[in-house]
Amino acid sequence: MTLELSLNQQPAHARQGSSIGQPLTRRDGFLKVTGAARYAADNHPPGMLHAVLAVSSITRGRVASLDIEAAKAHAGVVEVMTPRNRPALAADPDAKDHPFMFRLDLLQNDQVRYPNQTIAVVIAETLEAATEGAALLSPRYEALPARVGLDDAESFVPRGVGVGGPAVQHKGDIEAGLKSARTRIEATYETPAQYHNAMEPHAIVAAWDGDRLSIDTPSQGLAMAQGRIAGLFGIAPQNIHIRSPFLGGGFGSKGMISGPQVLGILAARLVGRPVKLVLRREQMYGPVGHRAPTRQTLRMGMDGEGRLTAIHHHAKTASSTFDDFFEPAADASHTLYASPAITTSHEAVRLDTGTPLFMRAPGEATGSIALESAIDEAAHACGMDPLEFRLRNHAEVEPMTGKPFSSKALRECYSQAAKAFGWASRPLQPRLMRDADGFLTGWGMGTATFPAIMFQAEARAVLKADGSGLMETGAQDMGQGAWTAFAQIAADGLGLDIEQVDFRAGSSDLPNAGIAGGSGHTATAGMAIHNAGAAVIARLADLATGNEASPLFGAGNEGVLARGGRLYRRDDESRSESYAEILARAGLTEIEGHGKGAPDPASQETYAKHAHGAVFAEVKVDPDFGQIRVTRLVGAFAAGRVINPRLVRSQYYGGMIWGVSFALHEEAITDRRSGRIQNANLAEYHVPVNADVPSVEALLVHEDDPYVNALGIKGVGEIGITGTAGAVANAVWHATGVRPRRFPIRIEDLLV
Amino acid sequence: MRDFDYIRPATIPDAIAAAAEPGSAYLAGGTNLLDLMKGGVTSPERIVDISRLPELNRIERLDDGGLRIGALVRNADLAHDAAFARTYPAVAEALLSGASAQLRNAATVGGNLLQRTRCSYFYDTASACNKREPSAGCAALGGENRLHAVLGWSDACIATHPSDFCVPLVALDAVVEIEGKAGRRHVTLAEFHRLPGDTPQRENALEPGDLIVAVRLPAEAASFAANARYLKVRERTSYAFAVVSAAAALVVDGGKIRAARLALGGVAAKPWRSRSAEAVLLGAGANEANFIRAADAALADASPSGDNAFKIELARRIVVRALMSAQAGTPERLPALPASPFSNIPGARHDA
Ligand SMILES: Cc1cc2nc3c(=O)[nH]c(=O)nc-3n(C[C@H](O)[C@H](O)[C@H](O)COP(=O)(O)OP(=O)(O)OC[C@H]3O[C@@H](n4cnc5c(N)ncnc54)[C@H](O)[C@@H]3O)c2cc1C
Ligand code: SF4
Repeated sequence: MTLELSLNQQPAHARQGSSIGQPLTRRDGFLKVTGAARYAADNHPPGMLHAVLAVSSITRGRVASLDIEAAKAHAGVVEVMTPRNRPALAADPDAKDHPFMFRLDLLQNDQVRYPNQTIAVVIAETLEAATEGAALLSPRYEALPARVGLDDAESFVPRGVGVGGPAVQHKGDIEAGLKSARTRIEATYETPAQYHNAMEPHAIVAAWDGDRLSIDTPSQGLAMAQGRIAGLFGIAPQNIHIRSPFLGGGFGSKGMISGPQVLGILAARLVGRPVKLVLRREQMYGPVGHRAPTRQTLRMGMDGEGRLTAIHHHAKTASSTFDDFFEPAADASHTLYASPAITTSHEAVRLDTGTPLFMRAPGEATGSIALESAIDEAAHACGMDPLEFRLRNHAEVEPMTGKPFSSKALRECYSQAAKAFGWASRPLQPRLMRDADGFLTGWGMGTATFPAIMFQAEARAVLKADGSGLMETGAQDMGQGAWTAFAQIAADGLGLDIEQVDFRAGSSDLPNAGIAGGSGHTATAGMAIHNAGAAVIARLADLATGNEASPLFGAGNEGVLARGGRLYRRDDESRSESYAEILARAGLTEIEGHGKGAPDPASQETYAKHAHGAVFAEVKVDPDFGQIRVTRLVGAFAAGRVINPRLVRSQYYGGMIWGVSFALHEEAITDRRSGRIQNANLAEYHVPVNADVPSVEALLVHEDDPYVNALGIKGVGEIGITGTAGAVANAVWHATGVRPRRFPIRIEDLLV
Repeated sequence: MRDFDYIRPATIPDAIAAAAEPGSAYLAGGTNLLDLMKGGVTSPERIVDISRLPELNRIERLDDGGLRIGALVRNADLAHDAAFARTYPAVAEALLSGASAQLRNAATVGGNLLQRTRCSYFYDTASACNKREPSAGCAALGGENRLHAVLGWSDACIATHPSDFCVPLVALDAVVEIEGKAGRRHVTLAEFHRLPGDTPQRENALEPGDLIVAVRLPAEAASFAANARYLKVRERTSYAFAVVSAAAALVVDGGKIRAARLALGGVAAKPWRSRSAEAVLLGAGANEANFIRAADAALADASPSGDNAFKIELARRIVVRALMSAQAGTPERLPALPASPFSNIPGARHDA
């Protein structure tokens, strides 16, 4: 599909050569600020009905009765979908063929396994009628006691954590390391359940035409969603067309197609008309994933010089009763600090919640706040400056595996950010700094890191008779700026100015661009685009260099350069020819090339690949009230090649602000008796507002990485949370002398 | 959403007649009512939209030196009325510390007085709540209640009244002007909201059909202009309800307190005027020792209703600081972060 509106809304930028590296503003920005960008729920095909979920108000048990007649009697209600009449599926929603397949609640029975689980879907002519119909169902339940907290169920060691990594890993002898230590610390930190809360709720508009399905829905992984839906409905993936040009945020919650989205498709099937289903804010607290709570204990030993002799990072977490996702929090200790002995271990309980899932920096964020707090405690125990301590324990090779890093400019990050922040004048002891108004002032730091991951992606490039280019890949723009960054890579790959390239993405009928997740989308789809560009340019070069009439005749493939819509002889740039001329001579209206992006298995074996950063935070704390304000954040990040510094900075800002949120604000407040989330709305589920982040600075540290991929791209989407959350916590300690051990930090924790 | 009738009366008597029918609710800015309706917390059968009644939209200076604020004056308009902000600075500061700019643009004076509690169990129709459904029980007792009441609560209900605006208003002896079937009457704001007792569903002095037409400030309220502050501690720097707040207003003469007003927010089912603290202050020296005595008096009857004992100590400290900053004098200009401890208020003491 193409966007109905052109994304080329801005004047051409005056620049020379490469598009990559230019701070272009978002090409979709104009559409968004004018309201012209059409999000999934903005689509209203003719004859469309509205579906509203009726969700469970109990946490565990079964639905004993529903007043379907009352709902159906309400004017405008067309149908009520329950386990009794829900259209048959080709696959069991509780089947799990592979670890990436998550069980869905699709009205397969009357069981309730978490609050806000769908128990019926009401379909009506209007949203209001469907909403009232859902209320009229007046469900009655047989309820069982809810298992709510980390101590409410028996714990076990999960078979795998995160995407399947081992739950327990050792290097060296942890007990011997602790024993030999001069100084030891042990501390336990708690992090709460958090919910993604993307601005745009999960929404779907689904329309069937026989066995063909047309869908508008936000998705971070179009091909994966297509495959999942195809499996559930027993139809061919190519019969499903998903459009997802814009996502109003995803943060992982739109990575997998969720139960409510599939219910929208089922509803359309049941009534034989297009159906729109949009989750209410509070309905997003359950069926679309969350970040699981953790309780993490860190034990560390240090020798007389402040060198770590042992790191034991243990994390207790929770999954749902019916599926497996275990927040790999302890794995944060695999990659950052050198130690002869490292043990990471996990245990888990099963609670009556929706299944936790990937949430921006899953495991890295939770693990980082505990690890960086513990490192701060360890530095203090050794009487050392936290930066000096981190430098003393800087890992020259990946600590857990001993692999060399493909690149690691962490020392540069430390020094640039420390300098910009003014860290050198920090007193070692806490509660010594006051500002002119008497606020307790504290400075803290944290190290940021995130793995450089790649998935699989494909792209298709076309050069046209008029000399312009087309690049297609089913990439997903979640607001991070994919429309812009990929167009920049495409322009360079095609040797064209960006205005000459029609870039198409956000639709499942385009080549599979993989997942916009794991901070790997730019690297993966970017490489596919780069390679597709190279392939089509190679074809073009063949046409030119093989034809006697071309000034490039005989130059050979290696001997030409593509730039500004022309091919140049490498050894003699006075000899060149435009794309249009080459195609015209060959009598072709267009030529195409295909490219793939994928991790290189050989370098994967050899190198540890991570982005790094350092974050410094200043907080002010009211000494009487314990109210906290983060007054300054400075981060420096090295994440390989920067495609667009403006967009990259935005990602760092967003991540760093989320780090503030993690340390100070975010928490799902769950009633310990009923298991119901008490703050499932944006008034009471706090995230920072502008006044909470008055000054945020992100420095881009140069880093060349020849091993991650040919473009040298790592990833920038998630790293900002890591490091920052711990830096804020450490700054609170430095301001107050009170060590935060549960997050978010609360006023009463600081009332001394 | 349940179907309801929508009526837009042209006059106050028409409005009252319409709203006197059972199942009616007035609609002003709608920032609270519509949320409650969407959540199924209240389901009125008839909405009486008063938002366009012109006579309720005025700020009038009265001959006796008092002020009459129409019930439909928007929170933002009132706070940004220069004369109002100069004369009643603590009220303006409280208004601007509430909600967000967008909400303040919509929210009205009457609606602010009548906003419902933020107790999450009141909003959660799957939980028991005596306020929503008399005799159903109170899920907040023994639940997530760290922000609940520490004064004036009962075993039937431990919710707080969340308004910022009402706190300095009650301190300044504001009076609510009500029009009902039986005509007009005046109720002091101190008596307007009720403590829960056994009937937490009865939140105020209004009878069916009663319309708040105005809020009056007596002439004396203006005498505190030079020494009046509102202070609000919250869990983020802006756009959050008070954990605890306080309004303090003083008339100081030669180091002695000639008049004192003190009220607390976020601690009880009503804006909490503390006359016992005022009694301690009256005639006493304007100094920290006396402010601490006043704070102790204000919280003497406080007790935790759950995991909220910290609010009692917090309230004491806020009272002291609010009195200190009132004594230091109202700032020339409203601070950029109204009522925030981080507003760098002159006279603030952060070295305790
Ligand atoms: C996200 C959020 C954050 C908020 N934060 C704060 C905060 O920090 N501090 C704070 O103080 N407030 C806060 N508020 C509450 C806000 O101030 C109130 O919602 C607002 O003042 C209500 O005014 P309204 O005109 O919109 O009332 P409406 O919603 O129209 O009405 C509220 C109630 O009053 C009744 N009513 C209205 N006018 C009259 C009248 N003249 N006579 C009789 N009955 C009447 C209505 O029937 C209804 O029951 C917040 C609200 C939200 C949604
Ligand atoms: S505290 Fe009051 S409002 Fe809250 S649940 Fe109890 S009765 Fe209802």
